[in-house]
Amino acid sequence: MYVAVKGGEQAIARSLELLAEARRGDTAVPELELAQIREQLRLGVARVMQEGSLYDEELAALAIRQAAGDMLEAIFLLRAYRTTLPRFGYTEPLDTTTMRVHRRVSGTFKDVPGGQVLGPTYDYTQRLLEFDATQPVAIQPADAPLPGCMPRVLDLLDAEALIERIDAGDDPEPMDLTREPLIFPADRATRLQNLARGDEGFLLGMAYSTQRGYAESHPFAGEIRMGEVDVCVCPEELGFTIEIGAIKLTECQMINQFHGGNGVPPQFTRGYGLSMGEGERKAMSMALVDRALRCDELGEPNYAPAQNQEFVLSHSDSVEASGFVQHLKLPHYVDFQAELSLLRTLSAQHATAQVDVQPADAEPARMAEEVQP
Amino acid sequence: MTPSYNFAFLDEDTKRMLRRALLKAVAIPGYQVPFGSREMPLPYGWGTGGIQVTAALLGRDDILKVIDQGADDTTNAVNIRRFFARVAGVETTEHTVDASLIQTRHRIPETPLREDQILVFQVPEPEPLRTLEPREAETRTLHALADYGLMHVKLYEDIAQYGHIATSYDYPVLVDDRFLTSPSPIPKFDNPKLDRSPALMLFGAGREKRLYAIPPYTKVESLAFDDHPFEIQRWEHRCELCGSAESYLDEVIVDDRGSRMFVCSDTDFCGDRRAEAQA
Amino acid sequence: MSALLQVRGLSRHYGQRIGCEDVSFDLHPGELLCVVGESGSGKSTLLSTVAAQLAPSAGTVRYRQRDGEWLELGTLSEADRRRLAREEWGFVTQNPRDGLRLNVSAGANVAERLMALGMRNYSQLRGIARSWLERVEIDAARIDDAPTSFSGGMQQRLQIARTLVTQPRLVFMDEPTAGLDVSVQARILDLLRGLVNELGLAAVMVTHDLAVARLLAARTIVMQGGRVVETGLTDQILDDPQHPYTQLLVSSVLTT
Repeated sequence: MYVAVKGGEQAIARSLELLAEARRGDTAVPELELAQIREQLRLGVARVMQEGSLYDEELAALAIRQAAGDMLEAIFLLRAYRTTLPRFGYTEPLDTTTMRVHRRVSGTFKDVPGGQVLGPTYDYTQRLLEFDATQPVAIQPADAPLPGCMPRVLDLLDAEALIERIDAGDDPEPMDLTREPLIFPADRATRLQNLARGDEGFLLGMAYSTQRGYAESHPFAGEIRMGEVDVCVCPEELGFTIEIGAIKLTECQMINQFHGGNGVPPQFTRGYGLSMGEGERKAMSMALVDRALRCDELGEPNYAPAQNQEFVLSHSDSVEASGFVQHLKLPHYVDFQAELSLLRTLSAQHATAQVDVQPADAEPARMAEEVQP
Repeated sequence: MTPSYNFAFLDEDTKRMLRRALLKAVAIPGYQVPFGSREMPLPYGWGTGGIQVTAALLGRDDILKVIDQGADDTTNAVNIRRFFARVAGVETTEHTVDASLIQTRHRIPETPLREDQILVFQVPEPEPLRTLEPREAETRTLHALADYGLMHVKLYEDIAQYGHIATSYDYPVLVDDRFLTSPSPIPKFDNPKLDRSPALMLFGAGREKRLYAIPPYTKVESLAFDDHPFEIQRWEHRCELCGSAESYLDEVIVDDRGSRMFVCSDTDFCGDRRAEAQA
Repeated sequence: MSALLQVRGLSRHYGQRIGCEDVSFDLHPGELLCVVGESGSGKSTLLSTVAAQLAPSAGTVRYRQRDGEWLELGTLSEADRRRLAREEWGFVTQNPRDGLRLNVSAGANVAERLMALGMRNYSQLRGIARSWLERVEIDAARIDDAPTSFSGGMQQRLQIARTLVTQPRLVFMDEPTAGLDVSVQARILDLLRGLVNELGLAAVMVTHDLAVARLLAARTIVMQGGRVVETGLTDQILDDPQHPYTQLLVSSVLTT
């Protein structure tokens, strides 16, 4: 009896076997190939890469398969693997103005130089379940190729000095949140790093709250662009920059109203979001939360949850949140025993105070009064 | 041992970073040192801080013991022991006296520890003031100024409302007359074992990214009032397996009528006593 | 006798806007100084700047510590500022809810500052808390009740007890009676007058109410638009105001 209530090595081994069986499902059905996941579940792969902080479609696909489609588990797998990878160096800052655009839209002007480019999007699907197997679609070629490089919509406003200017020279070298602990107050570069790794659902809810009045928000989608950007590094031993490949990114720049304050004149302000692969919802949410978190810098009243950086940044990470919520499954019987004994003492006192005529029945297993060590 | 990972999983640079943080922690007893906590292949909240400390300390000659709730065969303990057996290939033991390094969750072994042993605690929330003051920037200031009136307000309020200090585990301590410190969620029964312990005690909070230490023979005082001194739990029962009257007991419900038995939470301690009695 | 507090040429600006400008005064031990003026006259800004809660834009505030050392508050570290606030000063806010810890009992509120100073005897803390509750006319039987169950006037009296329990050398009070009914105000002013005399408190009190100044303060400073327009003995100022603004203030009190 006593042995049975304890866990044990064997039980864990059996559990792992059951998990493997459940993960594989009916063996009469062929196992998913990683290429299938990579090609046909690309948005899931993008999310796992983004929140897993590792741009590797093959590994992300592997993680999704191993996690049986549980995205948070897949993200966790990728993060744990990432810990063991050696760090060769840091890339040069990516230049998204040179993005080879697949999609680029702006909500602020009817048309913009370079045009509104819809690209592949679910926005205009009719959300009708398609019961038939999908057939390959022939793509109509465009009348003219897209320009190789499209100006950012926000830069057009910048020319008129209507939007805050971000001077690249003022931008300090960011700290690496995967190597250094988060310390409050966190600067904007650190906050953006945290949000970039943050859980999409959490950020979406936070972003939504800023639109519903929990923060002075008034946002416009200044520009959303998605496409490939070259990645460059400058190895110390070479002393010059080399291109090592390209990655697909989604960038969102929000434009927010601002009435002026803290020495800053009235002008439009920016919120920024960036996500690996196609991650439009994530990038937009991130941009809204980024802007809300700038309240102190801009002298805005700081009252809403999305403006509270300790609140947002401490709770954004799904790996941290999921682990701590689920750790409640671990045995806590030592602490529970301590609480039980305290509660029994308190409830005995309460009973004595209520009924001073007859003492309560002998409770089961009462702990003797506490003594000094 | 799995060959594709470095010894004890973490790369040597990360271990050096951890050791530097640990040295700082030992130099300032009870002070929470922020560190670049890594994502481990176990979930946050499941001992990632303790695992990183253990990984940073582990040498090939170490003998490792892992306990959770005082027991070697609880799931978390088994899993962490399996992890280090796999990624470090070190010898493991269930005997407190044989271990050079003990990682623990929620207990301190009943068997007194020695100078040549290190105890590594898993810590979910390193900040003893957190429930009273949620802002990290503010709690750091309170520590810097040793401004701990707030903690005593809580203890005062407990006595005023309940007649007792109503904290039964994770009972706050003052380390070396300076830093207010969480002993991790050990029952307050174990607090006296922290005071002037011959063994080095290291605390790792992975999710919260903090390390701290209680060096050997350091004064550790459990907070209290002069006229409401610190008290520990004692049972009317003895352990039903080994007869111990000095150990922390688990209450086990043995049938559906709610009958209970009381047994040692420290399974190694209990086993040794039974073996001695048989001999 | 040497001053406790020396304020010289103190200014505090908010961007272009003036909070207070070029204010100077001395405060002596055992003296209660009132700063009067309408809302927006800069008196609360002055109080916060003197109490080192706001950084001055210009000028100095010097405070003579218990050990006789003069401290320059503008250069004070956060650690020293908090130590002073804990060990030598008290601050009474207009809204008692800002100065109280609402989630713990009245007794804990009174005992907090004593515990911060290191008192570790529970019965003694209770004894002192009880006697202070009685001193501010709160039934000592309510020692374990939450301040949220108290009326506004009781909360303000509790805040006064919580602040004065450590016998601070210098107390700052920001409109301590402004949010209360007239009858409640009178009781608190009476209480404050008694405590000020009994404890020999040195205090700077901000008020818009000249009657409060008349009742409590030997000396008064009158502020308008962030500047001091008149300063002197309270009776003199009230009976023979020199500055047109003070004359207006005094006449408006007399006519209402």
